[in-house]
Amino acid sequence: MVTLLYFASLRERVGVSREQVALPSGNSTVSALVEQLRARDSRWTEAFAPGRQWRVAVNQQMASPATPVRPGDEIAFFPPVTGG
Amino acid sequence: MPRVRVQEADFDTGRELDALTKGRADVGALASFVGLVRDENDGSTVRGMSLEHYPGMTEKALEDICAQAMQRWRLIDALVIHRTGALRPGDRIVLVGVTSAHRGDAFEACEFIMDYLKTRAPFWKREETPQGARWVEARDSDDTAAGRWSRGPSEKTK
Repeated sequence: MVTLLYFASLRERVGVSREQVALPSGNSTVSALVEQLRARDSRWTEAFAPGRQWRVAVNQQMASPATPVRPGDEIAFFPPVTGG
Repeated sequence: MPRVRVQEADFDTGRELDALTKGRADVGALASFVGLVRDENDGSTVRGMSLEHYPGMTEKALEDICAQAMQRWRLIDALVIHRTGALRPGDRIVLVGVTSAHRGDAFEACEFIMDYLKTRAPFWKREETPQGARWVEARDSDDTAAGRWSRGPSEKTK
């Protein structure tokens, strides 16, 4: 299992701020996980639709679609940041 | 040792900057930046905003940015305070303070910290406008500003 967090507009789109999910089998990456989430229902399909900008952090470090994910990881999805 | 704070409360700019230089005689330069809430953005009046962040990662991201600045320039200290929660036009959002022996390092490091904060620290602004609330869109110009530092410190600091 991994913990997923969603922030800002992406959280509003999926309607969840935190959840636990099982990883896809095999060597999992962020992109494999996103594929699994997209297949869930229309909210995730829409949130991760092609052309929609999203960012990911794995264990509180900025990551990319190719970043490996392992059981126990904290994976956060969010739109491009707008602080400062 | 950089100091990083993420807080809802306002800060006293003068007191925070004074604390960076108090009791030391090796600081020749203190550069600072204060970011404020504007009452206009993308053609709309802004009545206020709320700032969301990712507790835990935010502090780490800011500490990492300050650590990179300390490595790239000859700095004595760095400070970042960033507010979250509900803010009104005119309110302070962020303070960056950097001390060094000479101004070149302090000026550049201060700008670097802000450019990286804008593109790497997990904060999101939601503005209240007369047309309703909206999430602020990230700007390409912020990526461009952060990207120029990947070429390394400018020649004048070497």
